[in-house]
Amino acid sequence: MTNNTPILELKGVTSAYGRIKAIREVSLKVYPGEVVSIIGANGAGKSTTLMSICGVLRPEEGEVWYDGRRIDGLAADLLPPRGLCQVPEGRRIFPRLTVEENLDMGAFFRSDPEGIEHDKNRVFQLFPILLERRRQQGGTLSGGEQQMLAMGRALMGRPRLLLLDEPSLGLAPLIVQQIFHIIREINESDGVTVVLVEQNANLALKNSSRGYVLETGNVIMEDSAAALLANPAIRKAYLGE
Amino acid sequence: MTIRASKLWLRYGLAMAWFFVLLWPLLGIKPEGLEFAVSFAIWIKVAVAAAILLALYQLNKAGAFGFLTRPAAAAGRVAVGAAARVPRWLVLSVVLAAAVSFPFFTERYAHDVAISVLVYIILGLGLNIVVGLAGLLDLGYIAFFGVGAYTYALLSVHFGVSFWLCLPISACFAAVAGCIIGYPTLRMRGDYLAIVTLGFGEIVRIVLNNWMSVTNGPNGILGIKSPGAYWWQGDTLEHIWLNNLEQLYFIILALAVFTVIAVYRLNHSRIGRAFEAVREDQTAAELMGVNTLGIKLLAYALGAVFGGLAGTFFAARMQFVSPESFTFIESAMVLSMVVLGGMGSIPGVILGAVVLIVLPELFRGFQLYRMFVFGGVMAMMMVFRPKGLWPAKRLGQRSEERG
Repeated sequence: MTNNTPILELKGVTSAYGRIKAIREVSLKVYPGEVVSIIGANGAGKSTTLMSICGVLRPEEGEVWYDGRRIDGLAADLLPPRGLCQVPEGRRIFPRLTVEENLDMGAFFRSDPEGIEHDKNRVFQLFPILLERRRQQGGTLSGGEQQMLAMGRALMGRPRLLLLDEPSLGLAPLIVQQIFHIIREINESDGVTVVLVEQNANLALKNSSRGYVLETGNVIMEDSAAALLANPAIRKAYLGE
Repeated sequence: MTIRASKLWLRYGLAMAWFFVLLWPLLGIKPEGLEFAVSFAIWIKVAVAAAILLALYQLNKAGAFGFLTRPAAAAGRVAVGAAARVPRWLVLSVVLAAAVSFPFFTERYAHDVAISVLVYIILGLGLNIVVGLAGLLDLGYIAFFGVGAYTYALLSVHFGVSFWLCLPISACFAAVAGCIIGYPTLRMRGDYLAIVTLGFGEIVRIVLNNWMSVTNGPNGILGIKSPGAYWWQGDTLEHIWLNNLEQLYFIILALAVFTVIAVYRLNHSRIGRAFEAVREDQTAAELMGVNTLGIKLLAYALGAVFGGLAGTFFAARMQFVSPESFTFIESAMVLSMVVLGGMGSIPGVILGAVVLIVLPELFRGFQLYRMFVFGGVMAMMMVFRPKGLWPAKRLGQRSEERG
């Protein structure tokens, strides 16, 4: 499933908010077709890592490479057209736009009506509830539905690499199961490479091939998901044993 | 109930005491010495009126007027239901027919008021793109009105360029001015943007005021031509100046209709949706591939275009421009229309413009108290209709507000 050139590579990325360094020299690689999870506690720098990848935050040092090109320093809005989409933390859907308009925003940069229509149908197929609610305002959806909408919106950009920030945040266990099921389906059927940032380490690792562990802004461990799940130190620190 | 009522009256007492504390220094302190009689006389009138209103309010709460309010509410529901069934094209054509036939039934004075209402409708709809759709608080909007007015004034006086040709030229100039002002300022968000736009609005006015060689400073520019047209005089086609109020009314009505259609189309377009997305959540919009600075500049420029169109007409109608017409209070006025009517709502902004221009005309007798009443009405609006008189259909919270 994986080949040798990474689709995404971070080389020693350091990012800061003002003078406070949120991540220090983070390096990681993601290969096409993988599901990679980044786990860690609150404030470990997981979201900062994603924000540095997609250009909302400009890294102070280091390089970000995507699909053979260096992308650090590029404006955030240039990345979705290249197939790098993010589902941001806290979902951040547009509350006063309808579900369908939210999805259309996801395809904002595209100009192929047929392709957009096709992808919209695919999203509705993945999340039938969105079809039911497509004339409703985004803000009136429940938390789980909003998460589905945020994912659907990102999928409308026809991503090759999808960054998911805490998709399980604040959702009921049953909904979380459903969301992860769909993440696997997106990965397997649509061939989308997924980077998953999660506090729920157990769930994230069970659904991914490899994992990185972040602690206070540093990568302290990287391994296959199965090995991380079996690692006693990780089990103690992140899996509640 | 009794406990609640006593609490209410206690608050009434406190409010009236506070009102006296505010009122007396204004009326009672005079060069000749302190005086209580006049302020007390006014105070007691207000207190009695407020007490009666409060008593009526309480009786209503207790259901004493049930025999009146219940049938009224039922009638209201029937009326709303009936209104919903009337097709929209019918409503629109009735409104348009009323607007077109308006000058044939009214006097000169009414034409004059109607013309300023229509000018302000265009300004309000233009500002609505910036404030209502894109969510950028702009306190210097009137600058674009000024740019439009001076563009036509200068081109007309020095080069004799016609009004019709100047409409697109002024619109372009205003859009360019919008981009020049917007480019450095639109990187800011929220309060900072409001302050900077306020500053730029003043800069434009002060430049107009001081650039004597070009704008003739505070004396303004005289002798601007009215719009011209070719019309049949007897059986020959002759050039005439459209300078009576009726003709001007139709020109501005056409411009207003054009503005409404353009803004409506914009509201329902892909770009309009992007404006709203930027308003709702700028970072998320960026993550969707929206060039947020570009989109905000576009909103600013489009808003400025309508400001420029209105300004061109204003110069042609007055045949005179001076920097005095483009002060901050005018920006505040247009912003009030947008907020009062309902941000993002086209009928709301139109209603806001009508209310804010026509009401002061009706209450000319109270001219001294105009601003006082204005402030009071605004405060009441915040309490009772915070989303405006005719709010846009989209209601809900911004993601930041939910926290």
